[in-house]
Amino acid sequence: MSYSNLFIIAIRALVRNRLRAILTMLGIIIGVASVIAMLALGEGSKRSMREELSKMGTNMIMVMPNFQRRGGVSLGSSSSNAIKMVDVLALRNEATYLAAVSPEVRASGQVIYGNQNTQTTIYGVSEEYLGIRKLVISNGRIFNSQEVKSMAKVCILGQTVVENLFGTGTDPVGLSIRIKNLPFLVIGVLEEKGESGMGQDQDDLILAPYTTVQRRLAAIDYINGIYASAVSEEKSTKAKTEMEEILRRTHKLKDSDENNFRIMSQSELMETMSSMMSIMTYLLGAIAAISLLVGGIGIMNIMFVSVTERTREIGLRMSIGGRSQDILKQFLVESIILSILGGLFGIILGYIIAKGAGSLMDTKAYVQTQAVVLSFVVCFAIGVFFGWYPARKAANLNPIDALRYE
Amino acid sequence: MNKTIIEINCLKKDYHVGEVTVHALRGVDMKIQKGEFVAVMGVSGSGKSTMLNILGCLDIPTKGDYFLDGVDIRTLSKDELARLRNQKLGFVFQAYNLLPRTTALENVELPLFYNSSVKTKERKERAVRALEAVGLADRMHHMPNQLSGGQQQRVAIARSLVNDPVMILADEPTGNLDTRTSFEIMELFQDLNDRGRTIVYVTHEQDIARFATRNVVFRDGLIQRENLVTERIFAREILKTLPIENIEEFDT
Repeated sequence: MSYSNLFIIAIRALVRNRLRAILTMLGIIIGVASVIAMLALGEGSKRSMREELSKMGTNMIMVMPNFQRRGGVSLGSSSSNAIKMVDVLALRNEATYLAAVSPEVRASGQVIYGNQNTQTTIYGVSEEYLGIRKLVISNGRIFNSQEVKSMAKVCILGQTVVENLFGTGTDPVGLSIRIKNLPFLVIGVLEEKGESGMGQDQDDLILAPYTTVQRRLAAIDYINGIYASAVSEEKSTKAKTEMEEILRRTHKLKDSDENNFRIMSQSELMETMSSMMSIMTYLLGAIAAISLLVGGIGIMNIMFVSVTERTREIGLRMSIGGRSQDILKQFLVESIILSILGGLFGIILGYIIAKGAGSLMDTKAYVQTQAVVLSFVVCFAIGVFFGWYPARKAANLNPIDALRYE
Repeated sequence: MNKTIIEINCLKKDYHVGEVTVHALRGVDMKIQKGEFVAVMGVSGSGKSTMLNILGCLDIPTKGDYFLDGVDIRTLSKDELARLRNQKLGFVFQAYNLLPRTTALENVELPLFYNSSVKTKERKERAVRALEAVGLADRMHHMPNQLSGGQQQRVAIARSLVNDPVMILADEPTGNLDTRTSFEIMELFQDLNDRGRTIVYVTHEQDIARFATRNVVFRDGLIQRENLVTERIFAREILKTLPIENIEEFDT
């Protein structure tokens, strides 16, 4: 039988049984679409988690004073005076795995502009702080070392503070605000950062030189913590060990003494997160496997039933001169056409479902090429095989047995 | 006119149904000449349908020789048998066996699809001619469910004719039809036979057998008797005497 005849016969057979063809295709469409949509949503949420994390600064290392206890009462960590500016200087001078180090002094209080006021936290930091925390100045400038040295009353505002004090549409750079009754010149505004992964507003802050905050606002001689960044994410564990050694030395701790500070690195947090991610990856893989299995069984059933149902037709075709291979080729072409069409529609539908569900669930769906290829190939293979296999069984019967098949 | 197209010697066919072996044919000898019009008769279980299926190469004999148009069937492969069915035989079934939701024309074209020497244009022309030959020129684009039983059987006959076979085999072609329509189908067969076509058909009705030129009666897997039909009936004459009941159009 010539190929053109083969195609005419196969297409006529499909068109003749439009409903059956559509139902068969539907099995394949659903199989492919469900796998693609599931994997796209999973991959999307995985990616957005990772993005969230890297926004926090992947190389960041924090040093906090340890909890102080006096007579069994925990005084918390912020009242500790264990960490001082000399620690920062020692780290800057000695550490080899650190790219930047900044002190952090915190003060909170009322901020006033005109008749507006708000309560916020003022962070006393050095210039390096912005790089370490991945903060960006959208307007204005960062304070210089001269201003740090002279305890200048300059500050940089987070977006929430700007909104609370100035409303929208006003450029606060160059204006003067009062922080705890001291006049401060606004020299810069931070770019909006949004909520953190934990739901905390990361824009409700004011940055000022650490000297200013330490002396003029908090009136302390110690600092509340140190923020540093390792030279790279891979080096952050080494950087952490190195920091511990340096700090123990500057704190003059004996070998038997416990640390009076705590060091936390972002990469440790990342590790916890990434193990969660890999669990999620496995979960997604399992979901994909199950959807493929279910889709595959669906395709198998409908193909098997629809071909078996046509045993009499196969008998007739053989009785008027169709050879077994002609019959087989016809069914193969039919199931290839159905599988390809079903697969393509399935990819489109999967894409639509992924995008639709993604926008409903507020996560970005990410359709991966592997998922598309995997689901298409598996469903195609199952579709073609189970179109071909029962046809082969029928085509191997004597024509008369196929004709009499009930 | 005296060319033998079928020669069968000591043909046997056994069926295995579970443990039991059924001897459907127990050693049949038969000859059919070109241009003959043979009715194969017998009660159910006599082996007549088995005989016809073997003649049509739809089934394979257990033992014995079968020469069709000089070819020894036993030496042929499955594919060669398929080609033989495609090019030398035409089969008409009791249940018509038309493809549903397929026009009469496409149903008739079907055997030619399996013959690669027939080109697209020729295929269509031959199908049209075959349908004209059975008087269905005006029903070419009808689906089987839009045709009466008699018309469906005519489409089936057209399909069996389209490959210009040496012989038409019909298994109870009138079994599903009323008397008048049966006679019309037999009229068509007689016309075809008059034009030289060899026809073998199976029937269990005495009346229908008398349209043939020769009767072969089977009983218990053997030929019980063979005789030339002495008082042959001609369908065209009988149809003239029958009242024209115009039920055919509605009978589907």
